[in-house]
Amino acid sequence: MFDVAIIGAGVIGCSIARELSKYNLNVALIEKENDVGNVTTKANSAIIHAGYDAKPGTLKGKLNAKGNLMFDELCRELEVPFKRVGSLVLAFDDDEMKTLGKLYEQGIQNGVPELYILSKEKVLEMDPNISDNIKGALYAKTGGIIGPWEFTIALAENAVENGVNIFLSNEVVDIEKKDFGYRIITNKDTYDTKYVVNCAGLYADKINNMVSNNKMEIIPRRGQYYLLDKTVGNLVKYVIFQCPSKLGKGVLVTPTVHGNLLIGPDAEDLIDKTALNTTSEGLNFIVEVARRSVKTLPLNMAITNFAGLRARTERDDFIIEEAVDAKGFINVAGIESPGLSSAPAISLYVIDILKNIAKKIEKKENFNPYRRAIPKFIELSEDEKNELVKKDKRFGKIICRCESITEGEIVSAIHRNVGARTVDAVKRRVRAGMGRCQGGFCSPRVIEILARELGVEMTEIEKDHEGSYILTGPTKSEVQ
Amino acid sequence: MKYDLVVVGGGPAGLAAAIEARKNGVERIVLIERDRELGGILQQCIHNGFGLHVFGEQLTGPEYAERFINELNNLKIEYLTNTMVLEINDKKEVYILNQELGFRRIEAKAIILSMGCRERTRGAIGIPGFRPAGIFTAGTAQRFINIEGYMVGKKVVILGSGDIGLIMARRLTLEGAKVLAVVELMPYSTGLTRNIVQCLHDYNIPLFFEHTVIDIKGKNRVEGVTIAKVDNNRVPIRGTEVFYECDTLLLSVGLIPENELSRNAGIEIDARTSGPFVNESMETSIEGIFACGNVVHVHDLVDFVTQEAQRAGRGAARYIKGEAIDNGVVIRTVNGNGIRYIVPQKLRLENLNDEINLFMRVDNIYNNCRLDVKLDGKIIKSFKKRKVTPGEMETVKLKKSDLSTYNDCSLSIEVVKE
Repeated sequence: MFDVAIIGAGVIGCSIARELSKYNLNVALIEKENDVGNVTTKANSAIIHAGYDAKPGTLKGKLNAKGNLMFDELCRELEVPFKRVGSLVLAFDDDEMKTLGKLYEQGIQNGVPELYILSKEKVLEMDPNISDNIKGALYAKTGGIIGPWEFTIALAENAVENGVNIFLSNEVVDIEKKDFGYRIITNKDTYDTKYVVNCAGLYADKINNMVSNNKMEIIPRRGQYYLLDKTVGNLVKYVIFQCPSKLGKGVLVTPTVHGNLLIGPDAEDLIDKTALNTTSEGLNFIVEVARRSVKTLPLNMAITNFAGLRARTERDDFIIEEAVDAKGFINVAGIESPGLSSAPAISLYVIDILKNIAKKIEKKENFNPYRRAIPKFIELSEDEKNELVKKDKRFGKIICRCESITEGEIVSAIHRNVGARTVDAVKRRVRAGMGRCQGGFCSPRVIEILARELGVEMTEIEKDHEGSYILTGPTKSEVQ
Repeated sequence: MKYDLVVVGGGPAGLAAAIEARKNGVERIVLIERDRELGGILQQCIHNGFGLHVFGEQLTGPEYAERFINELNNLKIEYLTNTMVLEINDKKEVYILNQELGFRRIEAKAIILSMGCRERTRGAIGIPGFRPAGIFTAGTAQRFINIEGYMVGKKVVILGSGDIGLIMARRLTLEGAKVLAVVELMPYSTGLTRNIVQCLHDYNIPLFFEHTVIDIKGKNRVEGVTIAKVDNNRVPIRGTEVFYECDTLLLSVGLIPENELSRNAGIEIDARTSGPFVNESMETSIEGIFACGNVVHVHDLVDFVTQEAQRAGRGAARYIKGEAIDNGVVIRTVNGNGIRYIVPQKLRLENLNDEINLFMRVDNIYNNCRLDVKLDGKIIKSFKKRKVTPGEMETVKLKKSDLSTYNDCSLSIEVVKE
């Protein structure tokens, strides 16, 4: 019997799991995917917003700025890449300058520190690659960039380290109300729990509707992105937004924590929750809009494009509350942007709700807040490199050329407590295959290492989601 | 560690360069290869057709490589496999990593860069759609099939008519897969004509010019691709879409010289070739650092890679022995009409032996034309061609005596329709 079962191991589920692991609770983290952070969390702008966008008084307004300020300590404890590079919202005319004023006011009310409205001259002095056509900009010093999946993996690893039980590839098919709480039935197993936290992202409606008559609907809102090569990662120094519109915070141009350049997203409401495809219309649109922000856009340096889905509800705010007709069932739904930025604050908010319901939950004495990242071999000093190779020869072998990733790092990614099982899971942990050749050289090697370390056949290794098989069989098997 | 010459990359270019340098008297040479064996991409090219120019016979890739590897061994040239070069710099220091030595610095008198090239990816050409498994570059698929021994799919569409794509169309067919179509954006093939005939025509595989892939279906594994005809601006034409049900998409959409090490060392790169600017000795903008093979420009025949690498090996030997002449007449090569690039970009006349081969690519198909070679605007040589195409590299051989009466000047080559 679990005390708390969290459904969904995205950044929100993993944040809550890690927060709950500070208490003497038996926690289950249940995920339908074969990896954590594998849906909404893995495809977004990777931005930690300052917190001026949301209307004061909303949950978004309350939790974004608060969450933002928690990232320094969190990322230090968890060894996650995070940079407070600052963000700029560009205004191109007088109307948009007024919008900046409103954003500034909102920011102050939401408790965002260090906000400034800057003149065109000042902005261009700070970043000469920004378009000459601007009138001014809102500068938020606390805006940041992060590795969203590294953050989520780190949270999950640290939660598991502190006793959380993680169950991947478990799709919840039904939830039964019981005297003791809830019985969660997945395609693999059954989990009894006193309380449920529903962080199922795009499918939070489905999970809610299994237990509550207060029906919910999640609307998938797609955003498309271009990722550019590291050679142009320093095109801009800040996260560059344009003035927000009805459909969100607009197309941004930003460096990533790994040194690439990211452009996107657009916003398109869909019905299909699996429509993670890009379209030429969407990609053309983001390029067209992004060209307004910067003087040049070196699109010939694109290395990939991708799409993400935000989990929207009609309420236009986060839904973080106990279901009225289901005691001990807490919905954490509609966590669209700024969900990643708010994640740490959301988890505290959820713990407070749980404390209210459960009355007494005790802090653990031996909680370990630290999680060591996989060493990034290429960033070590000469002596450290040699020491590591001496200790473990696998660090002397580069597998991914573009990102200079060693076999040691890949093996380590596989054998962690929330270890990689797929080629993309390796990629998200150590960046093998994330570079300009997109795995052209290293994918055969990564598959070989995965198969060897997991003790399975190469043909069993998948690219990403279940069913994404890569090899169809040994050669000569098809020849008649 | 100290060496006279460090050769980065043990493919056909590196092998020939190291051998030639040794034959020209260079003592301490080390060749560094990141893969587990020498030979580079040749090792996965198990088809034949290699060596017609160099050996006058048709060899497979591994056979062609073996001849050079044997010679390397006979000449007792040192090499390191499973060794990655992480950095080189203008002081001619080479930083390497392997499991035995760890992270090491090598001081060299000269360096030859022969890192080859890599394939353009789906991301580089921006195909929209889902991102399932089953999308491979042709070379990656070739490695899976020919080296690892695994099939990558059963029903295949190939985008791009580059040579590796064409070769893989045949290879997949022979392995029992069904290749539904080869789709080429341009109105002409970017591969060799002989490969079109031997790999597509002989197996009744259709080739569609002026077509491209505009959508990929399949959330986990490729379930199909949509192809469409493009207009003169390479924009897909509405209403021409055709859906192909398949489990695999192979990309053969071009190769890019692998110059990350060169760039980081500060070597000047020619935007047209994506490789370093080089002179007649294949020396880059940094004195004593030479380059050859696909790292300089993408070749379609390994034989030409070998010839170019030998030139680099001789150049490096001359440099190490202090025999290179860096003053005197300098001729710069300039693209005339119809020429996309010429390698080398610079000729120092004093360093030429009897003759020099200029490698170039044209920008379109021209039938019955001439290649006019002009020195400061005056035609000095003219070569008749029945057909030139972007898919086949052209070479022009010039004698030192053709050039020797001129002072510093430019040499242009242009395509003239007859």
